[in-house]
Amino acid sequence: MKPKLEVKLGNLTFKNPVLTASGTFGYGLEYSPFIDLNLLGGIVVKGLSLNPKQGNPTPRIYETPCGMINSIGLQNIGYEAFAREKLPFLRRFNTNIIVNFFGENLDEYLEMATRLEQTDGVHALEMNVSCPNKKSEWRRMGINPQLLREAVKEVRKQVRKPLIVKLSPQVTDIAEMAKICEEEGADAVSLINTIPAMVIDIKTRRSFLGTPTGGLSGPAIRPVAVRAVWEVAGVVKIPIVGMGGIMTAEDALQFIIAGATFVAVGTANFINPRATIELIEGIEKFLVAEEIRDINELIGTFRQ
Amino acid sequence: MNKFTEAKVISNEKLKEDIFLISIETAFAQQPKPGQFYILRTNERFDPLLGRPFSIFDAEENKLKFLYRIKGKGTSLISKLKENAQISITGPLGRGYPSPEGDFIVIAGGIGLASVYYLLRKFPQRAYLFYGVRNREEVLFYESLRDLSKELCVATECGSVGYQGLVTEVFKERGLRLNLPIYACGPMVMIKELDKIIEERENKCFVAVEERMACGIGACLGCVIETKNGMQRVCTEGPVFELRELKL
Repeated sequence: MKPKLEVKLGNLTFKNPVLTASGTFGYGLEYSPFIDLNLLGGIVVKGLSLNPKQGNPTPRIYETPCGMINSIGLQNIGYEAFAREKLPFLRRFNTNIIVNFFGENLDEYLEMATRLEQTDGVHALEMNVSCPNKKSEWRRMGINPQLLREAVKEVRKQVRKPLIVKLSPQVTDIAEMAKICEEEGADAVSLINTIPAMVIDIKTRRSFLGTPTGGLSGPAIRPVAVRAVWEVAGVVKIPIVGMGGIMTAEDALQFIIAGATFVAVGTANFINPRATIELIEGIEKFLVAEEIRDINELIGTFRQ
Repeated sequence: MNKFTEAKVISNEKLKEDIFLISIETAFAQQPKPGQFYILRTNERFDPLLGRPFSIFDAEENKLKFLYRIKGKGTSLISKLKENAQISITGPLGRGYPSPEGDFIVIAGGIGLASVYYLLRKFPQRAYLFYGVRNREEVLFYESLRDLSKELCVATECGSVGYQGLVTEVFKERGLRLNLPIYACGPMVMIKELDKIIEERENKCFVAVEERMACGIGACLGCVIETKNGMQRVCTEGPVFELRELKL
């Protein structure tokens, strides 16, 4: 018998737990020559802001052992162009569309939340708490518990659709941050975002990137991410979207056993554009082999 | 759906100290355009994590050839691939050179030859080819280039063969007056010099550029280059750009 892969986020149903990680899947259409987007649990599109954003200077990527550091700088086409040019294409597919968003300050977060709430075809929102504006006090919302609490509380007021908060691993206690999101009404938390990292060219003494630091992703960070998911699962009841270096179904299953309801595929998309589909097939195979009838029975079953 | 596929290595020949020519075979015919590229991955291990993008050097039905120089870990691993090794490839990707209508000029600097050879093969005996390398030893495929081009002009920095000097200097002296569209690939210093040379002219000039790349299909925005129309993706809007559009 085919095992049940369906999972829920608030009152939204997903045909399986496999999502794409924001920033690694463009606006979906880039991958449509390679996979059938209808098969995905959901598509989390590239981080979106109110106005278009040019992003960081080049070079923007650098490879490290079993990983890569990126310094894209949240380049995106802005809300209007997304709604006009990208969303109509995405709406043709039978999958959930989740829009990752951010702002230059709290007002912009709220404006984006309001607009996305009113946009047909957007099923859920993912709030990126890594505010890029170095001049705004809100740049610290991802790492300061009080600011996070206020930001999530205010955004929640604008949004009835399912709201996911994407957490940064750059904190002392990620479980505390997740708990705050739950208390302020978030429907889910997603973790981990990339880990701040640095690579130096010893001859020029400059960064190998166009900026001093970037975000580390890929298999190198996976054990850190699994641990973070396990810690968060210990304190919150809302679903967790686990991500960080997932390359295979086996990797994804670790996250699910640690407590994740959903898994998101990021960097693996760059290496194998069919990674998401292979993950769904692999998870299903595992469930059959282990005689588990429903994926929900596996979530958070880590044994100590 | 078949842009991502497995391929088998037919040969991987060392041409010079650090320059290799790899030939691979896929299950179905490939139809790349000159200037497009493929991403090659040696599988299974995640270090290095990413595939490596290579310009299409030559193609015939289901066989593809790539000319490359060992630059780091990724290309070094690829250079060690033996006959019958399995690799995965994604491609053809990107926007290649527009098809030349009549005669045209090709300027290749060093390993930049990898990007323009297929153009010469597709449009034989129509190109005035200016090919620059450091010395005699670095000249590759001399006979084929002579046969494929209308006129071949080799430039070496030391003068050990052909004209002495930079390929751009030789082009300025002998090619500029031809007033034909230019197709070029080479190091950034060459592209910048070319930009200065054609500043006052009206020749169309298409250049293939390089940038570190992750996905190769336009999703990650890692390989962008600054142009007059903002940041553009080398993998999607490029790798061939109209030179005057670039902000160098």
